[in-house]
Amino acid sequence: MKQALKKLGAFLLTMVIVSFVTFLAFQLIPGDPVTHMLGTSYTPERADALREQLGLKGPLLVRYWDWLRGFVTGAMGTSYSYNLPVSQLVGEKVGNTLALNALTFVLIVALSLPIGLFTVRRHGGAADRCLTVVNQVIMAVPPFFTGILFTWLFSVVLSWLPGKFIEFSEDPVGYWQCLFFPALALALPRIAMTVRMLRSTLLEELHRDYVRTAISRGNDSRAALYRHALKNALPPVVTFLAQTMAEIVASSIVVEQVFSIPGLGRLLLASINSSDWPVVQAIVVLLALWVMLAGTVADLINQRIDPRLRLGGAK
Amino acid sequence: MKKKTVLRRKSDGYLRLGLAITGILTALILVGCFWTPYDPNALSSGAPFTPPCLSHLFGTDHFGRDIFSRVLKGGGTTLLVAVSTVAIGGIAGTLIGALTGYFGGIVDEGLMRLNDAMTAFPSILLALVLISLLGYGKSNLILALGLVFIPSFARVSRGAFASCRDKNYIQSARLMGASPGRILLVHILPNTAPVLLPAVTIGFNNAVLAEASMSYLSIGVQPPDASLGYMLSESQGYLASAPWYALCTGGFIVLLILGVGLIGEGLQRRQRESGSRR
Repeated sequence: MKQALKKLGAFLLTMVIVSFVTFLAFQLIPGDPVTHMLGTSYTPERADALREQLGLKGPLLVRYWDWLRGFVTGAMGTSYSYNLPVSQLVGEKVGNTLALNALTFVLIVALSLPIGLFTVRRHGGAADRCLTVVNQVIMAVPPFFTGILFTWLFSVVLSWLPGKFIEFSEDPVGYWQCLFFPALALALPRIAMTVRMLRSTLLEELHRDYVRTAISRGNDSRAALYRHALKNALPPVVTFLAQTMAEIVASSIVVEQVFSIPGLGRLLLASINSSDWPVVQAIVVLLALWVMLAGTVADLINQRIDPRLRLGGAK
Repeated sequence: MKKKTVLRRKSDGYLRLGLAITGILTALILVGCFWTPYDPNALSSGAPFTPPCLSHLFGTDHFGRDIFSRVLKGGGTTLLVAVSTVAIGGIAGTLIGALTGYFGGIVDEGLMRLNDAMTAFPSILLALVLISLLGYGKSNLILALGLVFIPSFARVSRGAFASCRDKNYIQSARLMGASPGRILLVHILPNTAPVLLPAVTIGFNNAVLAEASMSYLSIGVQPPDASLGYMLSESQGYLASAPWYALCTGGFIVLLILGVGLIGEGLQRRQRESGSRR
């Protein structure tokens, strides 16, 4: 419990650093958004009023504090180009991106664990060697190219996919069908990496003394693998899966573009193109929050699996 | 004697295949810098949408431009960006890692915390932010990606340098009066190669991927500079009429990443093997 609180503290501290660095970066951008927004109707008085409204006045730290307080309570400022609250713009899209990332993650876990265990049990056999080679190739295919291949294969050649994105409110089943191929494209290289990682850590564990002891006590190799070795091989894999979250988030920005999914990635790109910094800032901090949350959860899971980690990381 | 056995080990299939693929692609790209079968930007060097044939190996696009020539030019841009990125990230990262790993202390602690915070950002996201601050274009892309890659190199080399710091041969070098600079460069650096080289291959692949992704999103390399990522985004509009456009361009990226990935895998395997033999 104490350990969990410590983790929470570290998480909050890093989050503050990350958000401050992001905030600072966007303060340094040259150019005055107010001049841009007012255009021809520019007068010094109006500019002043608008600055006040957008929270562009006052010392840096005060502005940061206001922004942070707003961010936590859901008031993320006003978009320069749409003149709408950022929270509304982001809120419309965040569901799609979260659903896509979650589905990707489920696919990775659901596919890589069985495949990894399979290759270990057939270690050295033809199936294992085949999969190792296939793994190498899959790891080399960028997710957005897999996405393009999928659109070509499934919507142009086979015409299975609907031409446009279906919203969840319209048709929940169609929505998940729409997300399935993007998620698979995102998941494939990560599945290959997880399988490789699981395979090598498991093989290493299987050579340890305790596995030999377990077998000499009458366990068959299956029980030794599932009950003894797997438990010890999991923590590095869980950590790896959490880092995977960062990569999923990054690649989903590109894959959303490939499949025209209206998510945070597309909003982010549009906002970068129109120099809409409040939106960019909010999305960047949100995605970093999501990634770090995954890392913290992974640490907590590892502490459940491996009691040694509960004692302050002493090995 | 060691030179002769460099590529003779049984497990070096990965390394050999990787070197072969990378060698061929690099040679093609280098040739493409000086000579391409057609002018990559010439409209109608063939009829639009010619499928791959002998005179147009990868076919032609919607303007009748020769895709093979364009892939070579685009591959050149990708290679330039990737190599410069790895050079910036690798040199700066190794330098930081070497100094912090060898000397330790409070600077080490501080930099590593900063490193942790930086890795909380997905790399492409960080590059996107930097690009939006710096502006688009090839040189800004190199700068942004190079900066983004520093932390990962720093982390790897810090570990390697820290583990060598107290080895006997380093202590004896110190006793013989070697300066810290000499110890770092002459004594430790060569011994970190088995750790650093795979990191370089991984970094290179990430750089290729990042460049292609960002140019695909049209915030990386800007036309008229040819770029594989930009070509892919263009090709997506013609999937029905010219699928070879996407397939050949993407296939080239896959081969580039696969070749270097195999080299990295081969190096790691060799490392593991010589570790277990000891």
